[in-house]
Amino acid sequence: MRPYGRRVVITGMGAITPVGLSVQDFWDSLLAGRSGVGPIEAFDASNLPVKIAGEVKGFDPTAYMPRTVSRRIDKYAQFAVAAAAQAVEHAKLVIDEANTHRVGVLIGSGYGPTGLVQSGTLTLEGRGYRGLAPWLSAATSIDCAAGEVAYKLQATGPSGAISTACASGTSAVGEAMRMIQRGDVDAMIAGGADNSVTSFDIGSTAMSRALSTRNDDPQRASRPFDKGRDGFVMAAGAGALVLEDARSAERRGAPILAEVVGYGATSDAYHPTAPHPEGLGARRAMQLALDDAGLPASAVDHINAHGTSTTLNDRTEAAAIRKVFGDHAPRIPITAVKSMTGHTIGAAGAVELVATVQTLLTGVVPPTINCDDPEDPDLNFVPHQPQRHDVAVAMSNSFGFAGHNATLVVRRYEQ
Amino acid sequence: MSKQHILAEFAEIVREIVGIPVAEVQPEAHLRDDLDIDSLSLVEIMVAVEDRFGVATPDEIAADLETVDAVLNHIEQHASAGVA
Repeated sequence: MRPYGRRVVITGMGAITPVGLSVQDFWDSLLAGRSGVGPIEAFDASNLPVKIAGEVKGFDPTAYMPRTVSRRIDKYAQFAVAAAAQAVEHAKLVIDEANTHRVGVLIGSGYGPTGLVQSGTLTLEGRGYRGLAPWLSAATSIDCAAGEVAYKLQATGPSGAISTACASGTSAVGEAMRMIQRGDVDAMIAGGADNSVTSFDIGSTAMSRALSTRNDDPQRASRPFDKGRDGFVMAAGAGALVLEDARSAERRGAPILAEVVGYGATSDAYHPTAPHPEGLGARRAMQLALDDAGLPASAVDHINAHGTSTTLNDRTEAAAIRKVFGDHAPRIPITAVKSMTGHTIGAAGAVELVATVQTLLTGVVPPTINCDDPEDPDLNFVPHQPQRHDVAVAMSNSFGFAGHNATLVVRRYEQ
Repeated sequence: MSKQHILAEFAEIVREIVGIPVAEVQPEAHLRDDLDIDSLSLVEIMVAVEDRFGVATPDEIAADLETVDAVLNHIEQHASAGVA
């Protein structure tokens, strides 16, 4: 049961994704079943085996920060600053002298500023160290996004990055929840960001055999839980949420979107890229999150799956859900929004939590597109079309490379 | 090298590095308050100045450079000493 007394609620959300540059646009795209995957435009991918990705298109950093800031931070951090600014505005949270030290920032990232690391390395090779910008050492740290968000919002509580590969966004929200429960802070801006659509990331991940090579059919390349899947699609983006102590949120009359009631995190300790074949870590993360929430598996009305569209993840995740939920499993609508967004790596957990909260608020479960021939025909993967369900309790899963597993349970808020 | 020429070259460096229009880089402009050039951006600019004019700027001197005019004087002084 819960070791700490304070309840934690979500009061604001922001999203920068391949299918929309705001929560509303992102959500509308998901319900329309729109894919954000297309041919890579950020660089020349003609020499790579993978030429498709879910890129963030039409993003203007100067809408969120002066050019003096945007020019010296990686895109992943720009996305984080933008998502965080949206979330704080949504929450109507005013950060001032009275509360600044009680507001913290945790922005997870799997790979961080890989674009700047790559271009800096090439500069070093070509022009020597004098070609390196003096701000590069700060801008190439994985906590750069958190630092920039804290600076932008003038939040002076604890800040930093949680890095658990593709579970980073989920881990950041879970750890932020704990910080509020413990009483370290009253509010956290928590989420994840990554921009791994670089030639290095695409090349190296393709070499690990994790990426889809369906180059001639990008919109159908990401197909979670479909038997015809052949790997994930690399994508970019950020998601951010404002988490608050429920009582302080109520006191200031904040719009309360949902309550975060459970968090579980485990490690497979099994393989650099493959999940444990019996999904031990995934099962235990889900169970721990349920225990933390004090809820039985039968209380869960919806699962926002990790659902990457790799052969191993989806098979293991479906089997793990079967194990944890037993007879209840076929009754749960399970969706994989990566079918549309692609895999935004460290942002995925945060972006998917935004979708999960939208489902709680609207009773609409977004579809898993491209799920033509499901891995487990008895489970409801919400294929092709959104479905209406009365969802009071929902689970969001994230399972990363190196066997990092993290699960969150959210529920409709009741005083 | 005339001071006018140094100004034109310096303004071009500032435009390239921090994106400030050449016309705004006037001698009386304060680097931080008027042009938004922070300490790290100034380091970056002074590396480019060294590459262009052959004028090195040790940290203790860089710390005292507050206006465009101060930078121009620094370049003029050291460039005319025959470094460039």
